[in-house]
Amino acid sequence: MELLITIVSGLFLLVGSFLCLSGGVGIIRFPDFYTRMHAVGVTDTLGSVMILTGLMMQSSDLLVIAKLIMVLLLILLVGPTTSHVLAKAAFHNGLQPKGLSTENKHNNKESSSSNT
Amino acid sequence: MINIVLLSLLVVVAIGIIRMKDLFAVVMLTGIYGLLSASFFVAMDAVDVAFTEAAVGAGISTLLMLVVITMTGRKEKATRHKPFAALFVVVITGGLLVYGTLDMPLFGSADAPIHNHVAPRYLNDSMQEIGIPNVVTSVLASYRAFDTFGEVVVIFTAGIGVLAMLFAHRRREEDEKLAAINDSMHEKHLVIRIVTKMLIPFILLFALYVQFHGDYGPGGGFQAGVIFSSAIVLYAMLFGLSAARRVVNQGFIQLMAAFGVLCYGCVGIASLLNGGNFFDYNVLSNDPVAGQHLGILLIEWGVGVTVASIMIIIFFSFAGRREIQQYVEQNKNKESV
Amino acid sequence: MLIGLFNNWVVIVLMMSGLYIVIAQGNLIKKLVGLTIFQTSVFIFYISMAKVSGGSAPILDQEISVYSNPLPHVLILTAIVVGIATTALGLSLVVRIKESYGTIEEEEIQQQDNLQNQKENKVEVKE
Repeated sequence: MELLITIVSGLFLLVGSFLCLSGGVGIIRFPDFYTRMHAVGVTDTLGSVMILTGLMMQSSDLLVIAKLIMVLLLILLVGPTTSHVLAKAAFHNGLQPKGLSTENKHNNKESSSSNT
Repeated sequence: MINIVLLSLLVVVAIGIIRMKDLFAVVMLTGIYGLLSASFFVAMDAVDVAFTEAAVGAGISTLLMLVVITMTGRKEKATRHKPFAALFVVVITGGLLVYGTLDMPLFGSADAPIHNHVAPRYLNDSMQEIGIPNVVTSVLASYRAFDTFGEVVVIFTAGIGVLAMLFAHRRREEDEKLAAINDSMHEKHLVIRIVTKMLIPFILLFALYVQFHGDYGPGGGFQAGVIFSSAIVLYAMLFGLSAARRVVNQGFIQLMAAFGVLCYGCVGIASLLNGGNFFDYNVLSNDPVAGQHLGILLIEWGVGVTVASIMIIIFFSFAGRREIQQYVEQNKNKESV
Repeated sequence: MLIGLFNNWVVIVLMMSGLYIVIAQGNLIKKLVGLTIFQTSVFIFYISMAKVSGGSAPILDQEISVYSNPLPHVLILTAIVVGIATTALGLSLVVRIKESYGTIEEEEIQQQDNLQNQKENKVEVKE
């Protein structure tokens, strides 16, 4: 039984670290701000959840597990929110996703100026 | 060797800070620098210090610098002259210091002079004398309480300095106009507002946990104060300064800052009046250990209250100054139109 | 020896980069960032001196026999909070300088001061 728990938690830790690493690769390789943020935001949340679950399996102390669950809840709540806020701030400041043509940019500017 | 990796990253970040011209990026790198040094402190077993550095270096100080940058502009002008003289001075000083390190004890050696003076006494006797497991707290609040008192007074003085420098009296109608501008601006951020509303009670609760758990684990008044103030600062950022001022009144918070220092000093006076030395808690109760517990509790409480109030005062002063500047600029624009 | 003194050398590099920023760069906020780096390097120095290899965090427990030195931890813990309070004081000075000079670049501030001094001197000569 103990062996099984060790193996499963090890798998969780490994997959979690891989996800975090892939997020790190994504932030370097992806072309513009929004895709980069997407890469980190998605993989980071799942990766840290995996790592925390793996750690929870390894600890026998109930208090430690409770604390890890608190951290897990915090990450689940805060991670997506920060990605959302970042994207929103970038969009409000007029950062265009790469690949939109210059024509589109022009149209957007006109419509935004007419709104205000 | 995780500490070597962390230290190398710190050096990389420091070089990045030197080379960057965009102050916004510099401040963000400063935040990363703070977080990295906090991780390094964890690797060095200094959990209390890491706690403080994570809250202060990566949180509050980055935030304050960002607020100041919005007031002063984010671009740094390129310096025209070549800084060879500075480089010369720095290289010479660094070389001398490196020469000095050759006599230093090696990293981690247990027989270094620093470990042979007073530290063994703290580690061996503090359990009988003070009776709490966290040695850092017992040294901070009992053995070296006079030292800590000085530090708290320094923080208090710095807070008063900021207040004297940036406080601007504003009339009520201006206040109402500013509040209206803020409300219209802040209503856009719906998601983060709701999430923050959910989080703030837990942050406050966590601060209290850190405050009262400092005897048994990493924590204490300094960390708790910073965390508590960060909750209020978060509220002020998302709901506007006027709303936050309605929650924590400026006069009240100034009073609390003074009250914390007073509480700390009074414990010292009380032990004097009971016939002991200044900050000798043994005389506060019949049982010396119980007296120590009482004294540490009161002192940590005073530290926490002062630090939290001063941090809130500092943020309110900066943010209030910024609002007034924006208000003046808007009026100028209207007049010019 | 290389690993044994590595921490000290990193501290010196960090300290010197902070000093370099303070001396060579004219922007006042950048100077404050340099001071912060300098300050943190001292923190790192103290904390790495406190480490005992094989030791654990100084929270007493019956199962643990070797602890790191708690005294530097105490000193640095208070120094960090004092550091942020004094940095805030410096930042408030920067804000006031920006308000009265319109710039936070050291050279421009000195130019304005020199102009002011020259004007005052001329007035005195005329009198």
